Amino acid sequence: MINYQLTWLRKNLFNTWYNSLLTVVGLVFIFWGLYNVINWATTQAQWAVIQVNLRLFLVGRFPQTLYWRAWIVLAIASVLFSLTSGIVFNKQSLNKLGLAIFAFIYSLLLIILPLDLTSRIWLLFIATLTLTSFWLGKTFYKTITPWLSPFWLLSFPVIIWLIGGGLGLQNVPTNLWNGLLLTVLMAVVSIIISFPLGVLLALGRTSNLPILRWFSILYIEIVRGLPLIGILFLAQVMLPLFLPTDWRLDRVIRGIAGLVLFSAAYMAENVRGGLQAIPHGQIEAAKALGLKTPLVILLIVLPQALRAVIPAIVGQFIGLFKDTSLLSLVALVELTGISRSILAQPQFIGRYAEVYLFVGLIYWLFCYSMSLVSQRLERQFN
Amino acid sequence: MTNDKPPIWRDHRFWQITAQFIAVFLAAILVTILWSNLNRNLQQLGIQFGFDFLKQQASFDIGETPITYKATDTYTRALWVGLINSLRVAIAGIFFFTTIVGITSGIARLSDNWLVRNISLIYVEIFRNTPLLLQLLFWYFAVFLSFPKVENKVSLWGFISFSQNGIDLPWVHFSPEFSALLLGLIFYTGAFIAEIVRGGIQSVPKGQWEAARSLGLKPGLVMRLVVFPQALRVIIPPLTSQYLNLTKNSSLAIAIGYPDIYFVASTTFNQTGRAVEVMLLLMLTYLTFSLTISIIMNLLNRTVQITER
Repeated sequence: MINYQLTWLRKNLFNTWYNSLLTVVGLVFIFWGLYNVINWATTQAQWAVIQVNLRLFLVGRFPQTLYWRAWIVLAIASVLFSLTSGIVFNKQSLNKLGLAIFAFIYSLLLIILPLDLTSRIWLLFIATLTLTSFWLGKTFYKTITPWLSPFWLLSFPVIIWLIGGGLGLQNVPTNLWNGLLLTVLMAVVSIIISFPLGVLLALGRTSNLPILRWFSILYIEIVRGLPLIGILFLAQVMLPLFLPTDWRLDRVIRGIAGLVLFSAAYMAENVRGGLQAIPHGQIEAAKALGLKTPLVILLIVLPQALRAVIPAIVGQFIGLFKDTSLLSLVALVELTGISRSILAQPQFIGRYAEVYLFVGLIYWLFCYSMSLVSQRLERQFN
Repeated sequence: MTNDKPPIWRDHRFWQITAQFIAVFLAAILVTILWSNLNRNLQQLGIQFGFDFLKQQASFDIGETPITYKATDTYTRALWVGLINSLRVAIAGIFFFTTIVGITSGIARLSDNWLVRNISLIYVEIFRNTPLLLQLLFWYFAVFLSFPKVENKVSLWGFISFSQNGIDLPWVHFSPEFSALLLGLIFYTGAFIAEIVRGGIQSVPKGQWEAARSLGLKPGLVMRLVVFPQALRVIIPPLTSQYLNLTKNSSLAIAIGYPDIYFVASTTFNQTGRAVEVMLLLMLTYLTFSLTISIIMNLLNRTVQITER
């Protein structure tokens, strides 16, 4: 056994003189870094800023008496996500290690996070729901699959209704939708709206009608040549100038408009990649069967193209999720925005490192898990 | 045999042309409506479209001025300063540091040294999966502003020194804003380039490695002479879009107060209220940047492609 480990060490760390040198330098670097970080995190950092403001980070100034609505939203989203992933990954056996890691992280969160009893119960409840629906999706995927898209479509207005109120629920104005809640909401809404627009633009760009093609190319290239912050500025400041004077668009909606304008152009390029991957013979075969062009596109080309670019779309969603942080520069109080306002509290002035590391950790958890999903999807489709 | 033409609405060419006419018509209507709204709104705000504001006195200070500039200069001069500042970051970032960081960590990802491989992996996964804006804020507020004051600056090996005033080398001084922006852009973009380089190298068939090695080439030379030139063909197109991203992302300088073109333009807008004109200038600037990079990279791309007879 020891012999085996020695062989591993020699083969992987010390096989040549320069690799030995690299290993030693790397080890010194790691120990020096870890020592400093741990030293800082345990003696100098003041984590109270996170503890006190945890609610602000997650939901901002969303009224405390209405938290149950946010919890239900989280429950709906978790159920739908785990049902879907159960269906997508039905062929793979349930990974015991993955399950253990999930349970471990979840219980760690339950213990570490400074939450009240109600929140802990909600979290436990949602964890159970997530696991159950993953199992349901895996086992009954044939029965559930046709219901999945209607569920997703239906969930969307329900979630907006739960967060925003109206129709019998107490109204929550959009300036109270803050923190992680707003980040996730804006990313999801923008990607959903930009998806059909992106598909249309991609079709326009690959169409053989010159004027449509030039419109699409013009739009895509101009938007992709501009920095996102410029487009968000355009949406916040210039959009009202282009609309009738008595139209007052909400700040959040203007933010979403900016993200959609931006994201649609990138989505179009992703979809175009998929469209180009479809062999021309497919289109000719479909036409030979007598299908009209719109039907060929809708029934033959798009399903294959979109399937091919799902990983790219997940990648774009990760990018968009990170990009929502720019909304803090146009005065929206999402995760980055709320961290700025927390840093402005007089008792926490100068606690930049703690706050930004914590916020960074939240973004990282979301983006990294999404990229893991995307990698598995890619393997599933190949 | 009758020579009946099908009715015109059964002819797909008719529909193709009509569809395009309809598209142009709709677009024209949309533009007209938006334009008239814009005119009405601007009239209400008492602003007239025009670029003569560029000749007015800017009357704001800029923190970093590579060319001489005072608050009494014109807006044109101020925008020039911003433009040069943007170029400084973009050129230093693109042609130098980002490429080095990206290629080094991309090759390190494929090293046969387990430790090196995993350090590089951790670097890539951390920096790719957090927002650039947050990284910039971290570099600026948590790192550079927490450096010691100028009086007791930290000096490394006698020639590089750190303080709240930025980084000093014997021949050049970097402000904290510039340093934070540059470091943020380098490490963020570098992580993406690392993945591109790794993918490119992995796309070179294994047989090429083996053939080169069996000719007696050392691993370093195999990489430099055989594998990397071939990998470049796969690497350059996505690399181009990373360079474009870096240039556009430099506009985030506004979050940490580095006076790049976007920063100056946004100050100009705040003082004059000329949203449309400022936005047009910005568009023009960034489109020029993008075009220039695309052209250069496409030329480079052409030189590395296989030349066939």
